[in-house]
Amino acid sequence: MNDPSARKEEDIMKASDGAAAAAHAPVAGKARATSLVLSTAATYLLPLLLFLSVYALARGHNLPGGGFIGGIIAASAFSLFAITHDAEAAHRALRLHPRLYIVIGLFLAGGAGLAPMVAGKPFLTALWADAPFLFIQEPNTPLIFDTGVYLVVIGGVMTIFISLMED
Amino acid sequence: MANPGRCGMVSGMASQTHTRAGFGGRAAGWLLALLAFFLFASLASCIKPVAEAGPLRFSLSWAPSLGVDFALAIDGLSLVFGMMITGIGGLIFIYSIAYMGGHPRLGLFLAELLLFMLSMLGLALADNLILLFIFWELTSVSSYLLIGFENEKPEARAAALQALLVTGAGGLALLAGFLLMGAGGGTMTISALNGSSFAHGGHGLYLPTLILICLGAFTKSAQFPFYFWLPNAMAAPTPVSAYLHSATMVKAGIYLLARLSPALGGTPEWRFLLVGAGTLTLLAGAYMAVIKTDLKQILAYSTVGALGVFTMALGIGGETAAQAAIVYIIAHAFYKGTLFMVAGIIHHETGIREAERLGGLWRAMPATAAAALLALLSKAGLPPFLTFLGKETLLKATLDSPWPWILTGGVVIVSISFVVAGAAVGLMPFYGPGKDYPKTPGRVPATFWMGPLILAAAGLAAGLGNGWMDRWIVSPAVSAVVGKQVQIHSALWHGLTPELGLSALAVLLGFGVYFIWSRRFRSAITWWNPHPPEWVYHAGLRALDAVAIRINRTLQSGYLRYYIIISVATALLVIAAPLAGVAPGEFHLERWLDGHAHEMALAVLMLLAAVMAATAPARMTAIVALGVVGYGMALFFMFFSAPDLAMTQFGIETLSVILMVLVVLRLPPQKKYSSPPSRLRDAGLAIAAGGVVTATLLLATHFPQGSALGDFFADNSYISAHGRNVVNVILVDFRAFDTFGEITVVSVAAIGVYSMIRQPARKKKADNR
Repeated sequence: MNDPSARKEEDIMKASDGAAAAAHAPVAGKARATSLVLSTAATYLLPLLLFLSVYALARGHNLPGGGFIGGIIAASAFSLFAITHDAEAAHRALRLHPRLYIVIGLFLAGGAGLAPMVAGKPFLTALWADAPFLFIQEPNTPLIFDTGVYLVVIGGVMTIFISLMED
Repeated sequence: MANPGRCGMVSGMASQTHTRAGFGGRAAGWLLALLAFFLFASLASCIKPVAEAGPLRFSLSWAPSLGVDFALAIDGLSLVFGMMITGIGGLIFIYSIAYMGGHPRLGLFLAELLLFMLSMLGLALADNLILLFIFWELTSVSSYLLIGFENEKPEARAAALQALLVTGAGGLALLAGFLLMGAGGGTMTISALNGSSFAHGGHGLYLPTLILICLGAFTKSAQFPFYFWLPNAMAAPTPVSAYLHSATMVKAGIYLLARLSPALGGTPEWRFLLVGAGTLTLLAGAYMAVIKTDLKQILAYSTVGALGVFTMALGIGGETAAQAAIVYIIAHAFYKGTLFMVAGIIHHETGIREAERLGGLWRAMPATAAAALLALLSKAGLPPFLTFLGKETLLKATLDSPWPWILTGGVVIVSISFVVAGAAVGLMPFYGPGKDYPKTPGRVPATFWMGPLILAAAGLAAGLGNGWMDRWIVSPAVSAVVGKQVQIHSALWHGLTPELGLSALAVLLGFGVYFIWSRRFRSAITWWNPHPPEWVYHAGLRALDAVAIRINRTLQSGYLRYYIIISVATALLVIAAPLAGVAPGEFHLERWLDGHAHEMALAVLMLLAAVMAATAPARMTAIVALGVVGYGMALFFMFFSAPDLAMTQFGIETLSVILMVLVVLRLPPQKKYSSPPSRLRDAGLAIAAGGVVTATLLLATHFPQGSALGDFFADNSYISAHGRNVVNVILVDFRAFDTFGEITVVSVAAIGVYSMIRQPARKKKADNR
């Protein structure tokens, strides 16, 4: 498992200390089993799948889709990327630590719930704006809430996934 | 070194910590004192409106369906308690600056005191039973934190836990009592309950309600036989003892009884419970206060005695007894708070708390000695102090009560004890020959003696201004207790009455015992040490531990297989029980061939995969087989036109297969560890579980289709939620609160898995280093 020759060139394993490198070693071993075709495909699939996931999220209110499904699609995309590359690469692709996704998601969902309270309505009452904002026709709090769900699902799955891979 | 004088007198501990943090702590203390005095002034501004126009009310709807409102009411009784809480609270904050000055956790201490003050204020102002209960529990929690503040001491931790368990158990009884009272009286609003005829209509719930509420009040207010926690609570820093455990929190139970006495009082049961417990408590307190020699223990037990007096007075009932209780409660807060603070100063300055090892301190601390003397005279019940009026009224009430001899005798005994105990704290340390002390008492800073002196002087002023007190403070409070408008007039001089004679007798006997044969008196009566109440507590705690360990060993075996067996078997029993009575025909088993051919084929495939998953020799095979079952399920969702569910199921199935593979990679090769009988047991349980779920589903599908709920969502999805995808609209709008809970669960689960996986790895790394 620890055979350094098994590392591919594109597997950037410049870990800052020995302990981290040790943690990544098994991943390098797994990378050996991954085909070049799949790992290359995953690189291109990631943005496509992420786009699909946002599409599913955005159209969810009227057509099959929604934050949960979108989140699962995105998490699958990141998982595929993580398997074909390594945990470090998945971290980089995620930009933020997956736990932060959970935090931001919970805050978005909670904020969407609290916003109507400012307007004197009960917690989680849906608010709909008539004016379009950017490319969203009708900005509304359920969409913000759903985005929160989306981020929590990504964060939750990836937190588990990456910690399973890293160890 | 902002205050060199202070450094001189406080030994090492304080002087080495005169840092900026210490300054911050002191500033915070002053700020909190200001807050407390501001609240005091706000309450004081309500005195006139309340006395003239009746209670002030404020109510905010909270959970109206449960009868829970954030309802506050300010009447005479809440004003008395509220002003005691905030006024003494402010003095205690100032006192704490000196007492705890330089303590590294001064900030935490002040924060906990603040928590307590606000909880207690909420308790005194609450006009809803549930709201009152919440504040009640908050005071228990803050008391726990404060008793255990010096958490490096095992006895402080034990005392804190004991206080929490005793008052917490009482709190549970109280909650039950409140719920019964709400059910019986038809409302949770206290003022409405007090106007109702709950007590006097002979309601069936009255007796259980009364007993449960009394349990709560008696544990909180250290009544017999629960009083043992209070002397142990003296492990707390002295500001806490002065504030919580003499002036305010221990009176919460008394407050509650007074508050509810219009609704619950006046019956023979009430009188029996309160007068009985109160009399036993005051006798126990009177006895223990005299035989103790530790200053704080003396004061703790004499507080127990005073609490007994209050309960007894409320039990007797009627205008005179209520007046006695109110006046005595106010007076007690003045003198007992003072004496506790004095004891704290003495201990802080000399390092000694044993009364007999102290003497001659008045030269070193004249202001403290003056405060102590005032408090002692007040405690002894001499005119013109407020206590004198309280005692006169109390004796009048006991003489008029159905049991004049016993109760009056009790009051005289406890009064004698108060004099002896008060003198042991207020006289003994200050006069007579000086003694050797571990620390040399230096000059006591003003912040230290200011609190007790102000409090003691206020006790004197309240007695002198008794006409004003009667009109503005006592009358509204007594009106709240007796439930009708009354006007109190008291006078320091009544003429030569039996009460005056008894009062004078108690004072004379008290000082006589103290001055003439205090030590011999003590040794003569120290043959009995009533510890049974605490013995029961310890035995109960041990029994609870033993039971908990046994239950834990059975349920929390540490083996995943047993957890699964217990969970599945429990769920099975709960679901199967209602199924037992269903006739076999209702399951409509004859319809099993109704499906299409492709559905049948898929079902067979899933069955085969399930069998394979259960019997596979390698884990990887089992995971793949499980995945087949899951994908089959997703296909079924597709067949029945539920694209959202199908998409979700596909995604989840894929991810869980990959996750399981990642887990399996970390495990050693599979072996058969379990014996054939245990495999048989597991198979039986699994088949039973599957059978019950199948039966439930069969039954459920025969309920009429298109339930009202489904129609509602389908009809309203677009109209009121602007969405055509009903599943999504339910998730993010109609039932968004559920979804919010679910994503919280997802987050917690992810963090749980994360920490579970990362924990051993981190440990390993640490070991390698």
